[in-house]
Amino acid sequence: MTDAAIVANGLTRRFGDLVAVNDVDLEIAHGQIYGFLGPNGSGKTTLIRMLCGLLTPSAGTARALDFQLPEQAEPLRRRIGYMTQKFSLFDDLSCKENLNFLARIYGLDNSQRQMRITTLLNQFNLEPLSSRQAGAMSGGQRQRLALAAATLHEPELLFLDEPTSAVDPQNRRDFWETLFDLSEAGTTLLVSTHYMDEAERCHQLAILDNGNLKTQGVPADLMGALKGRVIDVQGDGLRAVRQQLMTSNEVLSAAQQGDRLRVLLKKPVQDIGVFKQWLPGDQTLHCEPAKATLEDVFVETTQADETPC
Amino acid sequence: MLSLRRINAVTLKEFAHMSRDRMTFGMIIMIPLVQLLLFGYAINTMVRDIPIGVVDLSGSAAARVITEQVRVSQVVDIVATYNTPDAAEAAIVAGEIRAALIFPENLPQRIASGRTVAQWLVDASDTMVSSALLALRSMPLRLEAGAPPGAYSASTPSFEMALLFNPERRSEVNIVPGLTAVVLTMTMILFTSLALVRERERGNMELLITTPVLPLELMIGKLLPYVLVGCVQVGIILGLGGWIFRIPFAGSFTALAGVTLAFIAASLTLGLLISTLARTQLQAMQMTIFVLLPSILLSGFMFPYDAMPEAAQYIAEAFPATHYIRLVRGVVLRGADAGHMLPDILWLLGFTALLLLVASARFHKRLD
Ligand SMILES: Nc1ncnc2c1ncn2[C@@H]1O[C@H](COP(=O)(O)OP(=O)(O)OP(=O)(O)O)[C@@H](O)[C@H]1O
Ligand SMILES: [Mg+2]
Repeated sequence: MTDAAIVANGLTRRFGDLVAVNDVDLEIAHGQIYGFLGPNGSGKTTLIRMLCGLLTPSAGTARALDFQLPEQAEPLRRRIGYMTQKFSLFDDLSCKENLNFLARIYGLDNSQRQMRITTLLNQFNLEPLSSRQAGAMSGGQRQRLALAAATLHEPELLFLDEPTSAVDPQNRRDFWETLFDLSEAGTTLLVSTHYMDEAERCHQLAILDNGNLKTQGVPADLMGALKGRVIDVQGDGLRAVRQQLMTSNEVLSAAQQGDRLRVLLKKPVQDIGVFKQWLPGDQTLHCEPAKATLEDVFVETTQADETPC
Repeated sequence: MLSLRRINAVTLKEFAHMSRDRMTFGMIIMIPLVQLLLFGYAINTMVRDIPIGVVDLSGSAAARVITEQVRVSQVVDIVATYNTPDAAEAAIVAGEIRAALIFPENLPQRIASGRTVAQWLVDASDTMVSSALLALRSMPLRLEAGAPPGAYSASTPSFEMALLFNPERRSEVNIVPGLTAVVLTMTMILFTSLALVRERERGNMELLITTPVLPLELMIGKLLPYVLVGCVQVGIILGLGGWIFRIPFAGSFTALAGVTLAFIAASLTLGLLISTLARTQLQAMQMTIFVLLPSILLSGFMFPYDAMPEAAQYIAEAFPATHYIRLVRGVVLRGADAGHMLPDILWLLGFTALLLLVASARFHKRLD
């Protein structure tokens, strides 16, 4: 048994002419929460589907829990949980009926099943909803049910495809607490998201864009690597300032956030004075270096090879 | 106010849907074509070539002459000869022949005295078939010698007719058992043809295929509840219908249960196969209708199987309903037991096994 829960080499998937996932190498350690961050259509779902054996790769190889994919997808299925992006439990079954159905499919015997379902209903605050039809649940409730269903058989590897897309911030926090509990208990989690705050919570993160894996690492390291490249500009006439900055070869992006302009530079500057030279001269602007966020990392990795717009 | 522009917008959109869906497009063409062929060509209310058997106890030349005259009428097709009336009757019960022509030992004396020459044993359960045979009753016979002048012309009957199973010749006796086949065909195929597509459309499939459930387990599990549904339906039709319309029940309950279960299984797997072929519920529905039309029309439910041209009979044999109609009428009306009708039963079971295998082979636990 190798150390990694998932290893992929040159994993590629084409749909006709479209390359949905392009030459992705991955190594995901046991017990980690590993994030896929990427915009719509970047290939997160396609990558996850390949890693749980639902899609055949066009090229490349993948192993999950030491099962070769897609050949050994069947034995792998007992040991993984998958929470699909689109809610995939049965709308016309109640919360409990859905869980009972899956527990039987996973071969739990009667006493195990009842015990496990009681635990899960409790853990996910679903007890008051246990007899409500899934179709009549709110987005957040449904997502809790889906996670409960995915963890029913205590899988070693859990794939969560945009699990919190319909969830309010408070519930999202609670949800992540549960994910950390699972991770603590030794489960390896793969979570796709397009929320920065969520991505930041992962142990490891990969940024996907247009099917390419642009960068991967610990979120704090990724942000740390941008030291000296993010500058906050405050003052009047920020629209004009932005126009001016965008023509500069040194600037990767400039985005207004309320009354400030967040500027991302192509190379770090040691001295803020150097930066000020690129601003229109007649303005009284306050500039200071800022701490890089994951959004900056995201912009940096996805725009690095494009001309600034 | 009605707006032409908005109506136009909706119309264009519908055309766009239609052109995306090749199946719907095909159905628009195929349904009238198939109907045209079925009604114009296959369905024939003039019954000919009814399979019959002959029992000649007289061994006389006259029997051969009369048999020949009956044959050239083209109403019947002589498929077998038997040594005893009992053997012929058993063949009628087994559904091998629809009637038997029995010449008595004293045929020459009967001809000499101008009496009816022979007896027909007729399976009268299908009124259309028995009408065609009854028309033979006073067919004029041309006999070389011995017959008194004036005998066996249109005015005096040439044959004696004995009607079996439905002597009052009520059409409901034949219709009600056949109805079970029609109702089961409609409901069983339709229910299961939607079974897998519905889950694919609603997104449940992506969950199901990530679980350890095997395709065959999924299929069998989906079918079993409908077996019960089918049994309830048959119970209603034969129980209630049998009581209201006074349908005689000649057979055994076990034989009925056996043939019905075989047919339910065949219909369910046919629906399941459709479910693996269709991509949307609408397509599944259209394919179901496409199968329903010929399987009901050619099954012999309304139009006698014997009256259909040979090619249509071959097609009819492909549909489970044709076999079940034969079986259920045999069991209910003629008291046939399973041993009598083994080929039809085996055919249904083979059909089920084959389609179940094809359906589960077509069903991949993959999204690509
Ligand atoms: N079955 C398919 N057939 C054709 N193209 C597909 C198919 N599935 C995905 N694609 C394409 O592959 C690309 C990646 O899709 P994917 O669903 O993996 O993106 P994603 O990152 O999950 O996006 P989102 O955040 O919107 O869920 C997209 O351009 C999509 O249109
Ligand atoms: Mg997705």
